[in-house]
Amino acid sequence: MTNVLVNAPKTAKPGEIVEIKALILHPMETGFRPGTNGRIIPRNIIEHFVATWNGTEIFRMEMSPAIAANPFVSFFAVATESGTIGLRWTGDEGFLVEEQVAIAVG
Amino acid sequence: MQSPLDRRAFLAGAALLTVLPLASARATPEAMAAAIKEVVGAGTIRDGRVKLDLPPLVENGNTVPLTVSVESPMTPADHVKAIHVFNEKNPQPHVFSARLGPHNGKAVIATRIKLADSQKIIAIVETSSGEFWSASADVIVTLAACIEDVT
Repeated sequence: MTNVLVNAPKTAKPGEIVEIKALILHPMETGFRPGTNGRIIPRNIIEHFVATWNGTEIFRMEMSPAIAANPFVSFFAVATESGTIGLRWTGDEGFLVEEQVAIAVG
Repeated sequence: MQSPLDRRAFLAGAALLTVLPLASARATPEAMAAAIKEVVGAGTIRDGRVKLDLPPLVENGNTVPLTVSVESPMTPADHVKAIHVFNEKNPQPHVFSARLGPHNGKAVIATRIKLADSQKIIAIVETSSGEFWSASADVIVTLAACIEDVT
């Protein structure tokens, strides 16, 4: 369950606005659907997505069951300094996945 | 051997059980208005500055691409603080809340959402000066999400 796809440029000019796209494998079970046995399948979703640039938070998203399975998020960031972009997903049933990508600015 | 009365009572009970959760597990335009009120408080919402991109006709409600873009210089003095998206007819009115700041450069975010029915989607944007801007989109869904387990 730790399949993550991150698409971010490896290099950027100082001050450039870069797009960061992140996709993670997750069922995003709503907790409203009956399963094959007729009983409601318990909710299992990712609740929080946080992105950091060298440890400083740059983006945060609170998700609800209305986010599609295998959540995809795209956002922008100003390239200020070289370092790592950290992405962190947390959710139900102790779900926690962290991913880091390096970016060189200059 | 069951008597006809038992069967009738059983059927009535079964019908009630299937209908009741469906009726209660639905957000309504009122529930959406209440959820928006929680975010906005006493502030006033104005139309404009926000662009909400969704396909007008969706074949599969399980994954609907959604993009919110806001006209904003994204400077420390004037930037978008948050983007909230709400729906009318999913089981819950919330879709997501995103927090942004001047380090984003551009107030544009994209994701994919689930839609349980043809309905209206509303994006509410909160700026650093405490203003609220909004945009809405109507979507027609032919195959709804959250109805059955396809797995």
